[in-house]
Amino acid sequence: MSNGKFVYVTYIATTLHKVWDALIKGELTRQYWNHENVTDWTPGVKWALVADDDKRTVRHVGKVLECVPHKRLAMTWGDPADAADESKHSRVAIDIETVGKMVRLTVTHEDLSVDMQRRITNGWPRVLASLKSFLETGIPLEPWA
Amino acid sequence: MFKALADPSRRELIDRLHAKNGQTLSELCAGLDMARQSVTQHLGLLEEANLISVQWQGREKLHYFNPVPIHEIYERWIRKFERQRLDALHDFKTKLEGKLR
Repeated sequence: MSNGKFVYVTYIATTLHKVWDALIKGELTRQYWNHENVTDWTPGVKWALVADDDKRTVRHVGKVLECVPHKRLAMTWGDPADAADESKHSRVAIDIETVGKMVRLTVTHEDLSVDMQRRITNGWPRVLASLKSFLETGIPLEPWA
Repeated sequence: MFKALADPSRRELIDRLHAKNGQTLSELCAGLDMARQSVTQHLGLLEEANLISVQWQGREKLHYFNPVPIHEIYERWIRKFERQRLDALHDFKTKLEGKLR
């Protein structure tokens, strides 16, 4: 287990409420991420990142660590193959705050294995760029094209 | 962002964070032929351009490379139009320059 950590930041010209909804409402998340967070966001319950495909492929699993509306989401994040072994899970925190007329969104992803590090360093910049485009222009990017 | 990237010292700092993410100011200064104060200034500019993000861990300020703005430029200007041809050109240049060395 390596101890990789990444901190991604994007500034989005929108409101805290809109960013929050885009993170937790599946019908919005699907549009810019092609995935959705499946959970009720109660700390301790399961969380899964599920692809918007016919098979509803489960991409990552974990459990909710924290949910502070319009402020912070945190969860563990593991490969579905390691669902039972929490020692292999990484941790993600998504913080949002208002800065002037923008919202600063920070993704902190830590306790990463080398393999998961490779996957998330490819993924987060795509997802965040697409989220920004979606909230500012109404048009998401194609994050996985 | 382009102004922030225009300076070779700042590009070097980003390269160093790319090689090892989450470094303190002292770590970044080590082995660099630059005054600590200049490094601080360069890091300030990079942070302003959102190319690095910082987090406090106890009393240590750690710097992380933030590629999100670069990815936005990539989406806007590169991917849509030219990626395959640019990849081919890049490979070609790398091969030719490799042979010369």
